This record gives sequence, C-alpha cells and structure tokens, in this order.
Amino acid sequence: MTLGNTPANGTVAMPERVALVDLLDRLLATGVVITGEVTLSIADVDLVYISLRALIASAGTVAAHPPTSEDRTQ
Amino acid sequence: MAVKSGVWLHAVTRDADPCGLDGLTGIGGCAVRTVQAGGLVAVVSSVDLAQFGEEPLRRNLEDLDWLETVARAHHTVVEAVGRSRPVVPARLTTVYRDDAGLRAMLEQRRGDFDAVLDRVSGRTEWGVKMYAAPTASASEPSGTSSSGTVRPGTAYLQRRRAQLSAEDQRWQLAVAGAEEVHAALTGCAAAARRHPPQDRRLTGRTEPMLLNGAYLVELRDSGRFGDAVTAQAARHPGLHLELTGPWPPYSFVTIEEEPPR
Repeated sequence: MTLGNTPANGTVAMPERVALVDLLDRLLATGVVITGEVTLSIADVDLVYISLRALIASAGTVAAHPPTSEDRTQ
Repeated sequence: MAVKSGVWLHAVTRDADPCGLDGLTGIGGCAVRTVQAGGLVAVVSSVDLAQFGEEPLRRNLEDLDWLETVARAHHTVVEAVGRSRPVVPARLTTVYRDDAGLRAMLEQRRGDFDAVLDRVSGRTEWGVKMYAAPTASASEPSGTSSSGTVRPGTAYLQRRRAQLSAEDQRWQLAVAGAEEVHAALTGCAAAARRHPPQDRRLTGRTEPMLLNGAYLVELRDSGRFGDAVTAQAARHPGLHLELTGPWPPYSFVTIEEEPPR
C-alpha cells in the first residue's frame, strides 16, 4: 500500500487537493434539495447510488496506479 | 432543432452585488450568471438539456470523468461565491427548466434560505476523517519458536488467539477514540454532523474509516479548530486523522424537502 503523504501516528494529514470522494460526500448527500415540478433533480437515493457505483467502478483504476501525494482524488 | 437549455443552480446568496463573479466559469466552461428574486441571488449556469435533462443526466452520472468534471466545476463556483459572503450551495444536478421556475422557487422558499444563510454566516466547514492507525502486526504468527513444552500446533493456535484478541482490543480502542475525538471537535464547533464512512475501495487505505465528520466553525475560530485537531491527534496515537477544508458549508445547509415528491 502506497501512502505517500501519511504522517507519523499522532499527527494530522492535510491533503492539498480536494479529493473527489470528499467532494461527493458533500455534493450528493447533503445540501439544499429543492424538489418540485420545476426541477429535474434526480431522486437522492438514485443519485448517490449511481455515483457510488461509478466511483467504486473506478477503484480498480486506483489500485492499478497507487495514489501519490499529488493525485489522491479517486 | 433548437438546443433546449436549462438552468443549473450552483448556489444562493443574499448579496445583490455580483462582484467577484466576473470571469467565473460554471458548467460547460461558460460564464455564470445571476438570477434574482425575493431578495436572494441565485448563481447559475445555462446548460444544454441534451446533456443535463433527466434522462441524459442518469446516463452521464455513471461516467466518472463526466461526474468529476461537473462536480469540480460546481465546487469552484460555490467556493468563489462563498469566499466573501454567506452561501447556500445547491446539491449537485439541481436543474430548472427556466429562470421563471427558479425565481418562483426563490420567492417561495425565501424564509428557508434566509434562515440557512443566517446559520452559515461567518462560519466555514472543516472535515475530519479518522482511521485506526496502521500497525505492523498483521503478519501471520510464526509457528516455529515452540519451547518444546507444548506441541507446535497448539503453540501456534495460542499465539494466533492472542494476536486476534490484541487486534480486537486495538480496534475497540480506536473506535472509542474516534468517538472521543468527534465529541471534542463538536465542542469546538457551532454544529457537527457525520457523513457515512467512505468505502475502503475509495479511500485507498487498508484500515477502515472510523468516522467521517464535518464541523461548522466560526471563521475567526479556524485556527483554534486546527489546533484542537492537532491536539486530538497527539492524544490518540492509535488514530490517524485527516483534516480537509475549509469547505463551503455543504454539510450544514439542509432545507427540508417539500413533500410530496
């Protein structure tokens, strides 16, 4: 397992780039949801499910290319 | 056939002055624009419904590259809008048929938006993820160092049992530690919430995530919050802590959905 920027125990890691998975935690599972006739927003459950499936499908790519401190976004 | 366009909502704010948004590009690389109603300002992108209508959206959301591009573009706008004013970010893929529909929503939900804008005003979000710290103990116990008083197989099983028990104990300590850290950080925040722990396949780590916390912190207390995270990490060497942010207040802007769907 490559954990390029893992600090020693007892310290705090601060990734420089926003990780996609952290972003999707926030953009899909939370936030203002305004449903109604005027929106085309997809039902939450579907959306989270679809996106997680897409993310997990990509995890194979991550395994093939161990993340570095520059690129830990997927 | 004319291209039908929709209105992608990035964020809602109260500041009628759209300065600072010049040159800001949204979804599809086009400049964002504002739609005003009810004393609120919505920052939006015009999007092509051939790509962002309900059916194509379903398809496109399966495409990780597409999803990442859109998520990052949305995030860039929300961050820019929220840099100097309170902001209510919209969830990904909130698309209106036209400006009139968006305006009607702003008028109708004005009270809700005002309440949330007040709540997040002067505050920012931090994320703290916690894992059990990796150890080197996960190897198989060797079965060769028997003293001779017990049979090698028995000695192996004893060692294995002791190892599993130690791992179990370490795990329980880590879980309890993560709860302590969350409680301490919640004490430093105006609000806190937990996201579901991320799948190990997504974190790329061998240890499971124990806690995926979000904390709404006064802007002026950001330094103090960072210090608290560092202090908690030092107190809990059995945990690995990761701090992310500052984020727009994504995790703290929930507005009740309007039933029925």
